[in-house]
Amino acid sequence: MDSIKMDENKYYKAGDYDIIVIGGGHAGCEAALAAARMGAETIMFAINLDSIAMMPCNPNIGGTSKGHLVREIDALGGEMGKNIDKTYIQSRMLNIGKGPAVFSLRAQADKAKYSKAMKETLENTNKLSVKQGEVIDILFEDNKVAGVLSESGLFYSCKAAVICSGTYLNARCLYGETIIYSGPNGLRSSKRLTDCLVKAVVRMMRFKTGTPARIDKRSVDFSKMEEQKGDKDIVPFSFENFPEDIEREQISCWLTYTNKDTHTIIQDNIHRSPMYSGVIEGTGTRYCPSIEDKIVRFADKERHQVFIEPEGEDTTEMYVQGMSTSLPEDVQISMYRSIPGLENCEIMRNGYAIEYDCIDATQLKLSLEFMNLKGLFSAGQLNGSSGYEEAAAQGLVAGINAVLSIHGKEPLIIDRSEGYIGVLIDDLVTKGTKEPYRMMTSRAEYRLLLRQDNADLRLTKKGYDIGLISQDRYDRFIEKKEAIEQEIKRIQKTDISPAEKTNNILALRGSAAISTGIKLAELIKRPELDYNYLAEIDEERPDLSQQVREQVNISVKYEGYIKRQMQQVEQFKKLENKRIPVNIDYKSVPGLRLEAYQKLTAIRPESIGHASRITGVSPADISVLLIYMEQYYRKMK
Amino acid sequence: MNKVYADDTICAIATSPVGGGSIGIIRISGKDCFNIVKKVFSSNIDSFDSHRVYYGHIFFNEKIIDEVLLLAMKAPKSYTCEDVIEIHCHGGIKSVQKVLEAVAASGARLAEPGEFTKRAFLNDRIDLSQAEAVIDIINAKTDLSHNMALNQLGGNLSNRIKELRNIILSIIANIEANIDYPENDIEELSIRSIKEQTERVIEDINDLVKTSDTGKIIREGIETVILGRPNVGKSSLMNTLLKEERAIVTNIPGTTRDILQEYISINNIPLKIIDTAGIRKTDDEIEKIGVELSRKYAHRADLILVVIDCTEGITQEDIEILKYSKDKKLIALINKIDLEIKIDHEYLYKFIDKENVIEISAKNNLGMDLFAEKLTDMFLSGDIDYSNEITVSNIRHKNSLINARESLCNVIGTVKNGYSQDFISIDLTDAYYYLGEITGDSLDEDIISKIFTEFCLGK
Repeated sequence: MDSIKMDENKYYKAGDYDIIVIGGGHAGCEAALAAARMGAETIMFAINLDSIAMMPCNPNIGGTSKGHLVREIDALGGEMGKNIDKTYIQSRMLNIGKGPAVFSLRAQADKAKYSKAMKETLENTNKLSVKQGEVIDILFEDNKVAGVLSESGLFYSCKAAVICSGTYLNARCLYGETIIYSGPNGLRSSKRLTDCLVKAVVRMMRFKTGTPARIDKRSVDFSKMEEQKGDKDIVPFSFENFPEDIEREQISCWLTYTNKDTHTIIQDNIHRSPMYSGVIEGTGTRYCPSIEDKIVRFADKERHQVFIEPEGEDTTEMYVQGMSTSLPEDVQISMYRSIPGLENCEIMRNGYAIEYDCIDATQLKLSLEFMNLKGLFSAGQLNGSSGYEEAAAQGLVAGINAVLSIHGKEPLIIDRSEGYIGVLIDDLVTKGTKEPYRMMTSRAEYRLLLRQDNADLRLTKKGYDIGLISQDRYDRFIEKKEAIEQEIKRIQKTDISPAEKTNNILALRGSAAISTGIKLAELIKRPELDYNYLAEIDEERPDLSQQVREQVNISVKYEGYIKRQMQQVEQFKKLENKRIPVNIDYKSVPGLRLEAYQKLTAIRPESIGHASRITGVSPADISVLLIYMEQYYRKMK
Repeated sequence: MNKVYADDTICAIATSPVGGGSIGIIRISGKDCFNIVKKVFSSNIDSFDSHRVYYGHIFFNEKIIDEVLLLAMKAPKSYTCEDVIEIHCHGGIKSVQKVLEAVAASGARLAEPGEFTKRAFLNDRIDLSQAEAVIDIINAKTDLSHNMALNQLGGNLSNRIKELRNIILSIIANIEANIDYPENDIEELSIRSIKEQTERVIEDINDLVKTSDTGKIIREGIETVILGRPNVGKSSLMNTLLKEERAIVTNIPGTTRDILQEYISINNIPLKIIDTAGIRKTDDEIEKIGVELSRKYAHRADLILVVIDCTEGITQEDIEILKYSKDKKLIALINKIDLEIKIDHEYLYKFIDKENVIEISAKNNLGMDLFAEKLTDMFLSGDIDYSNEITVSNIRHKNSLINARESLCNVIGTVKNGYSQDFISIDLTDAYYYLGEITGDSLDEDIISKIFTEFCLGK
């Protein structure tokens, strides 16, 4: 791209910063907080300061695999977990019928309070300025970020910038025949930043997502629905919090179902949906389909679940989960009213689809910096992801790496065996995405090791090394870690003798009696038993916190599986550690197929493992590459 | 191997390098193939069609070297998927070497062992197990082993492995869908169905593993060692089996001092047969080496044939030999039954099962049919149709299959323990990986480079 030489006199210079964050959504907040907390002079721009950390869609944080992301963010020193702990109105651990790898924490948020609490945190963070205003241009010098220009013509210089523009770039909202040229919730969109990126030769894409209506609680008949209460024993998102510190009265959600009438109404009006009439050009996600999508794609399904969820304590607005739509408002009214309990519902905000510009994230490095634009980082929905948690995770990593880059330090890269964050970023940057990317448990190969309960054990050290985890918290973490290790050692050594009392306790759970001495660890491995249950026959057991006991139980009970998964990780690391020379010229690698050559040249993978995940690069191509590298390194010697 | 792979043009003698055939073939492959051959061929090859034969002469230093036929194959329809030319010249070592020199002097590099096949693999024309089959075809000593290798090259094993991998992958995919959509629109694959499908794959793998004993026998032959005191007729036996005079047969004890090794096929069972020096206490240095070697071969043999001279009765040395062979598959051949039999059978049966004793006269070809029958009983149970069945003949493949089977057995264990589906997918993933090792779909560079060094030149 052309580099723009700064003309000192052309713009009013409004400030000198280390880091500029463009956007104040979930990605922007994490990026700005991380940067400032790491000691960088930081400014965060938001189009409207009242929309900081806004939740324009679902009123919850976490859920399947997203809960993992939030706990990882917390382990690294991010804010999302703490903020939801402050403002949740219901908390549940999902999937407890399944294995510990897929236990997922989800909390309903009080949206207004969530946003307000985050704003308060930002405002009370040293070295962080928060500013309302649209950034309309990013200025470069010699292909390196020099600063940004606000719409009022003010110039802010910086050493690195993070764009977290969410769904605002050239956004338009659609329902039925109505098109509104705005961002979510009627907030104005950002029209000029796309041009700036295009000018900098960034490849853009257009995605679409959607949201259901909000209805008035006073018009809902809950007697026709099933109540969904929160858990009695809650688990905080933040490893800094204890359950008793954040306990509060919880508000219920409600479950109801669509029916034949609902489906008929949708089918009769499907031609009026902009998705089906062809007005929408953006690509939507398969994993979070609108209700009209569900009816079309799963035509033989008789009913779909609908959850009615509170948007907060001080509002009567309720979110209709499972029924996002871009049908015209009149159809929305009759569609919602066909559902038991919603016969008289009043829509307060109608559902809509939103289209926006995003980038092809394969132009980024794993650090989330643009390959060809030094100092410019990109995070969140701009990278083609969907969801608050996915955005926050990227924002945190981009903010950290922006600061590390200006200090000339190695970036923080979490690999696929270390966290969902690693899986998320690797997927986006290596494979790219053709639709809004949603985090899913199945995307993580090593999920038994990447549990939500051990995110702190996996990542706290990294957060500490970066400077986002306080000494105090780190000390407590080490204490916990040692307690776990000691206790595991102890129960591996503890002998249980075949006493009558022991066998009685075993019999209560239908577990076979023992006739000779056995190690306690072996008993815990029996499917019908666990660490907590065997407390009675374990006389030497020390008093340990629930968190420690949980880790001990999982580590011992599933030891065999964990070991096998760790072997898989070793195999993975072997290929991950085969670094591809930075300046490799794929043209000089004979035998590569054209498609592989193009993909490798575009994505510039850092290792053989990384290369093997690129779509369009076959095992044969990898063999070719391996053999070439062997030659290359021999020559170097 | 410093030049493992490059995009330069390679050449090699594709026929037996020691010559002797009536024609010899030089194979050239690579992007400059046509330009290089153009420099040495009598007419302009640019206009040649692919897969047609052209007549002409090879020139070098402005002299005619040979009169040849030239076969041009354009990429990707060739062995390597690159441009390939084969020059068919007159057999005989001189002519073949001169043509090779001419081609090499014009810019082609002499190929590394296995380099042509490696290119076929790297250009994605064949997978790993097929590449290995090429080695087996080259090394095949019997019709059966040749057929089996051809079968593998055709992709029968690869296809079966791919089928099994697909089944595993679909179970994994289903489990993963369930994990993400606990309450959603995907039909939940019940644990019972996972178990059934897994058990079926285990059975299929079992069937494949079962073939591996036969497979190894066919691929490598039954390593058979003939043992016996001097002059009991070991070499005559060998000669009868070979139906030709190869071993030196005299009546002076200790004539056979080196080890003779031959491939023969009896009732379609390939034997890699080793004739050894007679075992006895000896002071002759050379013979001593021979005796030691015999013991060594006997130690690793699949089958030991102990030859006993019936005219001399059972000697103490015969008993010694039977004793140290007793852990092996063993057949005692009582030889020279055309002469006077002085054997105490009851005494003999103390040291070897009666059913494994066969009376023959190697010299007169007596009893050899009984021997063949015995051999069949011992090594091949049931009818095996080698040409259609998939036979696992490679120890690497066998190991991968066994590893995959172990992982799948873990899956069954997990189901029995009542653990949830996400535990199942760990072991399914392993099984998927191990099966992929066979075809090369799972990445492991060590395997790849090892395999290609086993190749002979020109392939």
